[in-house]
Amino acid sequence: MTHTPEPVAPPVLQMRGISKRYPGARALTDASLEVRRAEVHIVVGENGAGKSTLMKILSGAVRADAGEIVLDGSKVELDSPLRARKLGISTIYQELSLVPHMSVAENIFLGKTPTRWPGIVDVRRMRQEARRILDSLGVSIDSDAPIHSLRLAQQQMVEVARALSDNARILVMDEPTSALSQREVEQLFATITRVTSNGVAVIYISHRMDEVFRIGHRVTVLRDGRHVATRDIEDVTAAELVRLMADREVADHYPRRRHALGDELLRVDRLNGGGLKEISFALHRGEILGIAGLVGAGRTRLARAMVGADPIAERRVVVHGSARSIETPADAVRAGIGFLPEDRKQQGLVLRLSVERNISMSHLSALARFGVLDGAKERGEADSAIRSLRIRTPGSDQLVLNLSGGNQQKVVLAKWLAAHADILIFDEPTRGIDVAARQDIYLLMNQLVENGAGLIMISSDLPEVLGMSDRILVMRGGRVTRELAAHEATDAAVLQAALGVPA
Amino acid sequence: MTTARVGESPPEVRGVKRALGSHSGRQLGTLAGLLTLCLVLWAATPHFLTVSNLLNVLEQTALNAVVAVGMTFVIISGGIDLSVGSVLALAGICLALALEAGVPAPAAIAISLVVGGACGLVNGLLITLGRLPPFIATLGMMSVARGLALMLAEGRPISGFGEGFRAIATERVLTIPAPVVITIVIYAVAHFVLTRTVFGRTTYAIGGNEEAARLSGVQVRFHKTAVYGVAGLTSAAAAVVLTARLNSAQPTAGTMYELDAIAATVIGGSSLLGGEGTVTGTLIGALIMGVLRNGLNLLNVSSFLQQVVIGVVIIGAVLVDMTLKRRR
Repeated sequence: MTHTPEPVAPPVLQMRGISKRYPGARALTDASLEVRRAEVHIVVGENGAGKSTLMKILSGAVRADAGEIVLDGSKVELDSPLRARKLGISTIYQELSLVPHMSVAENIFLGKTPTRWPGIVDVRRMRQEARRILDSLGVSIDSDAPIHSLRLAQQQMVEVARALSDNARILVMDEPTSALSQREVEQLFATITRVTSNGVAVIYISHRMDEVFRIGHRVTVLRDGRHVATRDIEDVTAAELVRLMADREVADHYPRRRHALGDELLRVDRLNGGGLKEISFALHRGEILGIAGLVGAGRTRLARAMVGADPIAERRVVVHGSARSIETPADAVRAGIGFLPEDRKQQGLVLRLSVERNISMSHLSALARFGVLDGAKERGEADSAIRSLRIRTPGSDQLVLNLSGGNQQKVVLAKWLAAHADILIFDEPTRGIDVAARQDIYLLMNQLVENGAGLIMISSDLPEVLGMSDRILVMRGGRVTRELAAHEATDAAVLQAALGVPA
Repeated sequence: MTTARVGESPPEVRGVKRALGSHSGRQLGTLAGLLTLCLVLWAATPHFLTVSNLLNVLEQTALNAVVAVGMTFVIISGGIDLSVGSVLALAGICLALALEAGVPAPAAIAISLVVGGACGLVNGLLITLGRLPPFIATLGMMSVARGLALMLAEGRPISGFGEGFRAIATERVLTIPAPVVITIVIYAVAHFVLTRTVFGRTTYAIGGNEEAARLSGVQVRFHKTAVYGVAGLTSAAAAVVLTARLNSAQPTAGTMYELDAIAATVIGGSSLLGGEGTVTGTLIGALIMGVLRNGLNLLNVSSFLQQVVIGVVIIGAVLVDMTLKRRR
């Protein structure tokens, strides 16, 4: 660590004895959190540990059943998001809350637009103020640009700017880097450092160990809705944190077991169009092919092109040795290709349908005779998937909405396995999934390749790509710029190729 | 968050829940509303709880109920169909013209169903291939079908059909009027399709999350188009019943039916956002509206005030539903 806050900074925030029950579930039990001025306070815990609920209570979105919140020495009642914002608590959610067709400046001043005469917007002052705040963050974003023209990382900066324009004392960030590329993460960290140097406290929720140690000053661990420990970052190790979170030793982060590869499963030959250029590669049975690159390098576009999700100019795909024309996702399903999208909730699942109905969605006609479904067969398949993939759910009739991120991902996987897909494309397979569930996903990936499947794994998590892949393709600007075998792949080699820096 | 902790119900309870369908709780609420309404009317007027009046209510409700079946499919798929009333009129006029020209009744009915289904498919194609919002596509069809009906009928009703055809409305099966029997059959089929077939399952999946369904290999365009076809078909079925009952087809028939159908569907628990709803709920919704109209008539409430009451009931039902959902 290069920077530490003054030794005993006074607590700006104390949350004590916070409890919250939802119907049938206890989210928080006597939880506490103490945050000092100008520190980056990391909150970690498995999904379901109560992090989100605690943050929702802090942001005024949810009311606690019991407990007190003390802000700068005085007790406060956070009964609405507006109240929390007025008291200087700003929250930046995973899903950004900006208006896409309005400008950066307009978004920063949404709800508090400076006016000249009553009702007339003072455009010049708004622009100047926006400019000033953005400059203070050290980011170069045009204050007149519409939000939808910005990259995700830039949009996040705008959110931060908006929080600062509220004179925030506390900034809550919920997994802010989950969609960012390595370079954007650096920018964000620089911004966070600037924010804290102005005395603002940042509460930072993350699943990534490297981040915890990069930017954190102190860390609080929650487990099963209770406060487990708060430590100075210097006094704790990653293994210790994982143990505190899961209450068990996770021995090996990446339990990959490599085997000899089998026959060629899939060959992509000179795929062009939609921003992709001359992409060729092959995938074998028993192989995990990692695809690395910065956000915007075309990795997700490649995946979507391969499964016919987007129209594309030229696509030659050979599956199991025979050329297939894949124009629609339905063609891909028939060819045995399954796609596990990054955004599971928007693209992978129908949240308000049950586990079994989500699983059967990929192969309904195989479960039916003359269009009439065999309900028993459908349920049997779902129940056996729940057992074999260890999906934690009260039953196959549970709505997917109610499952945790890791279990939702398993439902998406079950959907493809039930459709007999043996080529599986994982886009950010462990994004937003807690440490223990990640292990489970990795073990399942191992099991799949042992059973002869071929996996393509797109990931922005470099240790994950390095730890799990047999081979790594690095993409940059819509091209595959480098291919690395597992033994020659290092952080540096992948990053160099991704950034286009000569070795 | 994790549901593993949300108390597991024993298997037998789960079995019952499954049998009732996942929306069972919501549906029991609507059913309770209907029964309460009946009790109030029973207490308020001696004329309500008589066999002839109840059969009358069912017959009155049948039309809206049949149109609402198609609407339920469309709304579950995440769309809306404003053209059902106009399509009903067009299908009715085509039926009447065919009968007038001496086409045998079964063939004339088939023609009417084909016309209705075709209108629906055009809606569907405009929405899937033309990428129009359902609101706009069906708003256009609402005007086009109405105009065609008026043109074909030259603005006048077409009346006077054979006994055989009119039997659709006048015949009774074990004292139950034929239109009611037809409605029950249509509901039974629709319930089976929605709960037990690939088509039904797909309708829920598309309404729940169209992109996820598409990426799972569901033929979204095909199914969506077909769903609007179903709405056209049920409108035509309603046209057949109405024409037989009135012994006349009118180009102005079915005006505002789309709103009654939407109301019945929504009172019945379908979400306008798609992905949720049942035909049993819609049937209860249609009955609530039918019983309410009948009761207000029996109580001599002015037709002006009736409109106010019905509007309040629609808003109230959805308001209660949304509040309960938010609480969950």
